[in-house]
Amino acid sequence: MDAHLNADGPHLLANAERHYRGGPTVEARFEIPRPGFSVTVLFGPSGSGKTTALRLLAGLERADRGSIRFDGATWSHATEGIHRPPQGRDLGFLPQAYALFPHLSVAGNLGYGLAALDAHARTARIGELVGLLDLKGLEQRHPGELSGGQQQRVALGRALARKPALLLLDEPLSALDRPSQVRLRKELRDLLRTLDIPTVLVTHDRAEALQLGDRLVVMDQGRVCQCGDIQQVFDRPTDPAVARILGVETVVRGRIEAIVGGMATIAVGAARLFAADPGGLGWEVFVCIRGEDVAVERGAGPGSGSTARNRLPARITALNPEGSLVRISLDCGFPLESLVTRQACVDLGLTEGDQVCAILKAAAVHLIPHD
Amino acid sequence: MDWQAIRLSLWLAALTTVVLLLLGLPLAYWLAFSRRRWKFLVEAVVAMPLVLPPTVLGFYLLMAMGPRSPLGRAWEGLFGSTLPFSFEGLLIASVLYSLPFMIQPLAAAFASVDRGLIEASWCLGESRLRTFLRVIAPLSWAGILTGVVLSFAHTLGEFGVVLMVGGNLPGRTRTVSIAIYDQVQAMDYAPAARTAALLLGVSFLVLTFTYALRRHQRKPWTLI
Repeated sequence: MDAHLNADGPHLLANAERHYRGGPTVEARFEIPRPGFSVTVLFGPSGSGKTTALRLLAGLERADRGSIRFDGATWSHATEGIHRPPQGRDLGFLPQAYALFPHLSVAGNLGYGLAALDAHARTARIGELVGLLDLKGLEQRHPGELSGGQQQRVALGRALARKPALLLLDEPLSALDRPSQVRLRKELRDLLRTLDIPTVLVTHDRAEALQLGDRLVVMDQGRVCQCGDIQQVFDRPTDPAVARILGVETVVRGRIEAIVGGMATIAVGAARLFAADPGGLGWEVFVCIRGEDVAVERGAGPGSGSTARNRLPARITALNPEGSLVRISLDCGFPLESLVTRQACVDLGLTEGDQVCAILKAAAVHLIPHD
Repeated sequence: MDWQAIRLSLWLAALTTVVLLLLGLPLAYWLAFSRRRWKFLVEAVVAMPLVLPPTVLGFYLLMAMGPRSPLGRAWEGLFGSTLPFSFEGLLIASVLYSLPFMIQPLAAAFASVDRGLIEASWCLGESRLRTFLRVIAPLSWAGILTGVVLSFAHTLGEFGVVLMVGGNLPGRTRTVSIAIYDQVQAMDYAPAARTAALLLGVSFLVLTFTYALRRHQRKPWTLI
């Protein structure tokens, strides 16, 4: 089928299911609206079916209900018995453990999918990938002789070699140590933007999802619970299960105004926050604040005897008891959640609509770059 | 020493190994990766020569090749000669007799190739056949080598099946093990001892060579 026949539909439309006998049903149900650069994150706890959903897209699992359409072509259609094998899907797949071919060199791995090219063109393409992924000097090494970060780059390069129309990444950074993960997130997003390829990425790491993703697909027990723009999903989880999976934090978009002496000033909605500069920030960030870290005081005056850098005038919009704690929803120019003890709530006599002051230390404001 | 018998045995073992390799690669691939429910049946049939007395196998082969069987009649119609007590009949018998010695190391090696590598190859556009040639076979070289060596050595030493199917025709079906048996029957111990020592030496060398090549394999392994 021609691409333009489907010009009005989404670029990728997955609505497929896989049943396991005596086990769960896993669904891949989401869309990528447009071609070009965008990262769709499949997010959820381990065992939620993220990887299976990705494998359905890759054609490594056969869907037994529903269909998958990409760029006007039907990749999979259960009732019509259509199942295009992975070889026919024009995709780049980065499996979780990288699956580099141990008997081939770095150059051999990068060039593996380029058998259709003549030797000259293949060498040229391998050279491009070596430059793009900073693998110079490693061409003749074998995977066993590479560090984790180098292996990750080779696997990514191999997946990109054939210039695929869709890139599938399964936990691309989880095999690396923490500092490398944080460093590589930015590099990975920059790279994907340069390549202008739609990408579906699986992760269970919230910071990774926030930094890399444009769209979020929240999965739990094989089901897609919610799917949409990443900020929208964090702002308005459709049900408590999604909120639980996303975590207790307030997550809002902010913009860096200044960084002075290791302290960042961030404009968030109508408010201004101070946070420790984690380094490597661009202009756009996600601001994450845990409910436990937000204290509430009566009166909105400027405090003096406290080390807390952030004192925000706020209005209480809701009070929800949660066991021995109370979840206070605040409006301080952006929505903020605070978790306090029931006793503290009674002692202060807090009720809905009260004007209070939300207090949080700069160290409790976590910044995740999102450019 | 009966050099004619030694030459015949080596030639038979080499041909058997080649035929088994050609048959064994696709069959072992199927055994390693098929999800058919009746796969266990094929596995059992392939393993039969391991437990069956060679005379029993030889007896059935003789019946199957005889001039009254369909196979025997078809062979006679095609080539104008009978299968039993011929080199060709011996080759067919040897292939069946050594089948598990080729199939089992191959299937075990194929099955131990990381599934993720095979899938990575598919996602890079390579067909199943090309994935086999470029990923599975190179990573299974140790298992392939084991299958080749075992098939060769096992055919070299076979006795019961040869006696049943091949008889004892010098230059056509008299193998080295039959020659030793004949020499012992004739109380001719000196040539029997020399031939036996030769077989012992060849077997030891071949196996030593195989183990030496495989000594850097990470997994501890068994021959079959």
